[in-house]
Amino acid sequence: MEKGTIFKFHNDLDTDQIIASQYLLLPNLEEMKSHAFESLDPDFAQKVKPGDFVVGGENFGCGSSREQAPGVLKALGVKAVIAKSFARIFYRNAINIGLPAIVCKDLPDEVKTGDQMELHMLEGTAEANGKVYSCTKLPEYMQNILNQGGLIASLNREEE
Amino acid sequence: MGMTIAEKIIAAAAGVESVKPGDIHTVELDRLMSNDGTTHLTVDMYNNKLKNPHIADTGKLVFIVDHNVPSDCPKTAASQKKMRDFAKANHIDFWEGKGVCHQIMMENYVRPGELIFGADSHTCSYGALGAFGTGVGCTDFLYGMVTGTSWVMVPETVKFNLVGKLPEGVYARDLILTIIGEVGANGCNYQVMEFTGEGAKTLTISDRIALCNMAVEAGAKTGIFEVDDVAMEYLKEHGREPKAVYHSDPDAHYVREYTFDLSKVEPVVAKPDFVDNLAPAKDVRGIKIDEAFLGSCNNGRIEDLRVGAQVIKGKKVSEKVRFLVVPASQTIYRQALEEGLIDIFMDAGAIVMNPNCSVCWGSCQGVIGENEVLISTGTRNFKGRAGHPSSKVYLGSAATVTASAIAGEIALASDV
Repeated sequence: MEKGTIFKFHNDLDTDQIIASQYLLLPNLEEMKSHAFESLDPDFAQKVKPGDFVVGGENFGCGSSREQAPGVLKALGVKAVIAKSFARIFYRNAINIGLPAIVCKDLPDEVKTGDQMELHMLEGTAEANGKVYSCTKLPEYMQNILNQGGLIASLNREEE
Repeated sequence: MGMTIAEKIIAAAAGVESVKPGDIHTVELDRLMSNDGTTHLTVDMYNNKLKNPHIADTGKLVFIVDHNVPSDCPKTAASQKKMRDFAKANHIDFWEGKGVCHQIMMENYVRPGELIFGADSHTCSYGALGAFGTGVGCTDFLYGMVTGTSWVMVPETVKFNLVGKLPEGVYARDLILTIIGEVGANGCNYQVMEFTGEGAKTLTISDRIALCNMAVEAGAKTGIFEVDDVAMEYLKEHGREPKAVYHSDPDAHYVREYTFDLSKVEPVVAKPDFVDNLAPAKDVRGIKIDEAFLGSCNNGRIEDLRVGAQVIKGKKVSEKVRFLVVPASQTIYRQALEEGLIDIFMDAGAIVMNPNCSVCWGSCQGVIGENEVLISTGTRNFKGRAGHPSSKVYLGSAATVTASAIAGEIALASDV
């Protein structure tokens, strides 16, 4: 399992911060992704590498239902979002597009931006700074969607 | 065990006798609404990602261009054209420039007992008419469009027992901000906020929309009211019948219960950058503002325009402030014209604009600049929500916003 770098954000992180309204009507996620987290860290899109992790606190992804929020993170190669809790629409959108959204109660308070992390999805654990944290497993229904690569892949399989 | 209104709607949509919180069900959707915030992406996925692109029932779909209308740049125009062309080609109900999507839905579509998915977080507004409306992303929307169905995890319900009556000069906006301030921005995550009690009956449909609309700001999946005579009268005026009228059973299970005495509510504002960052309006008096906004799916109805017009009649907008007045639909705009409200706003120096989401979503009209301050009847005050990341947004009632526009700083209606 390769390690990824953590980018840490605050409680009640809203989807406007992940991708601001003014970019939502751009033609596609490729054009939007360079603006991810622009209001908080204008260099985020340059710094983040495929396999890195976004870590939040409580109520991550609150606010707007814009699917562009998990969409730009996935387009930038973010491997998973780990938070103490998620707002429901972001959570559902992330799973639907095949971006793991993992609830982990203890890890967020003990890590900072720049720390290295490993995620073991099958075991339901995350490892950072030499410590192993247990994560809450997804409901089976959602894990199945994720395993298939998202809701559209799942739909295509249903319609075969 | 009895069921709540929300549980009964889900049970009916799932074709089962009863449901309980935590269950996951496949449900038949009554309607799906999508706006220009994401539809271009939905259309791209429909055309490029589906093995077998088709629409289960075009009659269930409504497409509404309301977020950036009229378009602000060539790329927006291209995204909206994609949506418009798809709607026309597939005979989907299509609205453009006629109003904010949720107001269009309330005026023309929503029926009690329906289960409605909207690709917009404020779809929870529809509970004002006893429907279960909830916000989804464009992938969920696409799945619903293709299959006519979706999956839901049955949410727990939180009961908000409302007693008493709002005092003169205090509005539903003050009440919902007070409630969110109490429960927190995460307070009802994945739950239903059911508003009930004698106090609920005193609220107009416009008030009920204002309450349900902001349920998502407490994290809720939806907000909902019982259907009563007030709701039936609204439906009659708009030429619609309920699909089904449900009441919560006396032995229904609520995960928590709150009681709010409406007579104790006072004018409040939500301070930057969180909707639950509540303060009595009188405590933030004097904060300088650059812009004031009266509009949105929360507070752009005729009742709100009347409140604003009453506050500003015969007075002037401060020279330091741009005051944007944006009726939530053309129906409302016409009525405001007939009632002389538009004249009152224009005489005072307000900028009256076409119905759309405007600065509430911070992408086209009235976007504010570096370090500027907006007071708004919009839905959110997140960092940079209305423009530059350094700008600030305060949320308040139509009365507080209009009074602030006159004063050039946060003020109460009684101050001006």
